[in-house]
Amino acid sequence: MDQLSQTLGKMGGVFLLPLAVALAAFVLIGAPSSWLTLTVAGLSMGMMIFLMASGLSLVFGLMDVLNFGHSAFVSLGAFIAASTLAALSGWLGSPSVLLNIAALLVALMAATAVGLVAGLFFERVIIKPVYSDHLRQILITVGALIVAEQLILAIWGGTPTTVLRPEFLEGSWIVGGSSIQVYRVFAFGLGALVYLALYLALNRTRIGLLIRAGVENREMVESLGFRIDRLFIGVFMLGSALAALGGAMWAGYETLITPALGGEMLVIVFIVVIIGGLGSINGTLLGAILVGLTSNYVGFLAPKVALASNMILMILILLWRPSGLSPAVK
Amino acid sequence: MSLLTLDHLKTSIGQYHVLHDVSFSVPEGGVFVLLGRNGAGKTTTLRSIMGLWQPSPGSITFRGDDITGLHTSDIARRGIAYVPENMGVFGGLTVAENMVLATHTGRFDRARLKRVYELFPALERFWDKPAWSLSGGQKQMLSVARAIIEERALILIDEPTKGLAPSIVEAMGDAFVEISDSTTILLVEQNFQFAKRLGRDMAVIDDGRIVHSGTMADFAANQALQDQVLGLSV
Repeated sequence: MDQLSQTLGKMGGVFLLPLAVALAAFVLIGAPSSWLTLTVAGLSMGMMIFLMASGLSLVFGLMDVLNFGHSAFVSLGAFIAASTLAALSGWLGSPSVLLNIAALLVALMAATAVGLVAGLFFERVIIKPVYSDHLRQILITVGALIVAEQLILAIWGGTPTTVLRPEFLEGSWIVGGSSIQVYRVFAFGLGALVYLALYLALNRTRIGLLIRAGVENREMVESLGFRIDRLFIGVFMLGSALAALGGAMWAGYETLITPALGGEMLVIVFIVVIIGGLGSINGTLLGAILVGLTSNYVGFLAPKVALASNMILMILILLWRPSGLSPAVK
Repeated sequence: MSLLTLDHLKTSIGQYHVLHDVSFSVPEGGVFVLLGRNGAGKTTTLRSIMGLWQPSPGSITFRGDDITGLHTSDIARRGIAYVPENMGVFGGLTVAENMVLATHTGRFDRARLKRVYELFPALERFWDKPAWSLSGGQKQMLSVARAIIEERALILIDEPTKGLAPSIVEAMGDAFVEISDSTTILLVEQNFQFAKRLGRDMAVIDDGRIVHSGTMADFAANQALQDQVLGLSV
């Protein structure tokens, strides 16, 4: 048994779980074309959730802040991207793919930039006064989420907002009898790029080293001569910007959004952070992919339990590993 | 001349008054030992010096400058290193990454790194290994190595022998003797035999107050005084 455990550990350990889930689903679903469609959908959904959750995980791990307002950045990013794309509808409708891509990039960059600024405001005004007080953090960030949702409602209205998509991301590819949506492949690719950038930043730079050390022991980082409070601001802004980017991508995926979008994603984002383990980007990616795959497979195999599938997954994983699959602090 | 002076220091943690009146001076060079039983206020004294807990009232003077109330990182940058009781090793980082974090530029001074390897050869062997995989003694070595990888005027070391095997304690003592040739050490200890071997000057703290201070040689030679201020507590 120990030998099997060691061999699995060398092959990737808990990071083999998505593969195991996909293989089990392949057997249960039976039809390879349906399985492929669901797997691509699950992976792209997972990557978008990863974008939303990665910042929360770092903020949670490094700053020990329970930010229930995190999903406000998801909503904000979604609506900023929707408005930007609407304003650039001329570019989107153009036959030029370059203009299509430019419109998409501007929308994503606008959402990210607004997320950065909103994150700075949120950290300075709302979070800073309640550091190291979890109860107040919960109360004030839930309150901030409600205020943010109402602000979005006041600005964009309660009618669902349609999100325009660039022409080149519309449609599907047919692969081996399976229909693969182009947007999903794009979402997966963008998520993978962001993960790679975060991974390199955390593992190959001095700031990344400080963040990883800070997640483990803030006091010791300060005792070595570094101002971790300044790092907090940067990480919070980064987390907010990533959430906004995730929201923008999710808006394009859903194509119809309401101000409640962030609130709806909040539970799933927290589940991913808890499953993955606090403060770990690798863990968050793993949790997000597992949630994405499980949601799609269960939705196909047993639609009646689809809503509960994420909760069941979280319970099972926490019973097995109470600190999550790959926490930053072991 | 004193390197560090604590003057009528009082520190509270929440509603608990831990330090009631702590005053002593650490001269430059050698090892200064702060002795005391569990809960006497030794760790609180070190954490107060590092700014991790803020004393009020009282003052801390380092190299002639008042450092009371400064941010911990500013205190560290003035030349004070801290080796906490729990060692403060970053388990998820490699030994090399732990060491890099202790440098302000991210680069090692080759001569100093060589000295670290000579003092603690195990660290060179486990350089690329994650710190969580080290033994307790090796983690303590890493914690001390971080404190000496750059030039520091004062190193605060909190109970470094706790839970370590006698052979490791012996090796750690040898390392401290060598380190104290060039850097002042303020060592907090309960192990009097270990402290006696290293200390040049000393103080005894009890119930948040300094109850004795002087030279270690005088204290070690005076059994009656030891019985009086240490009793069965150390």
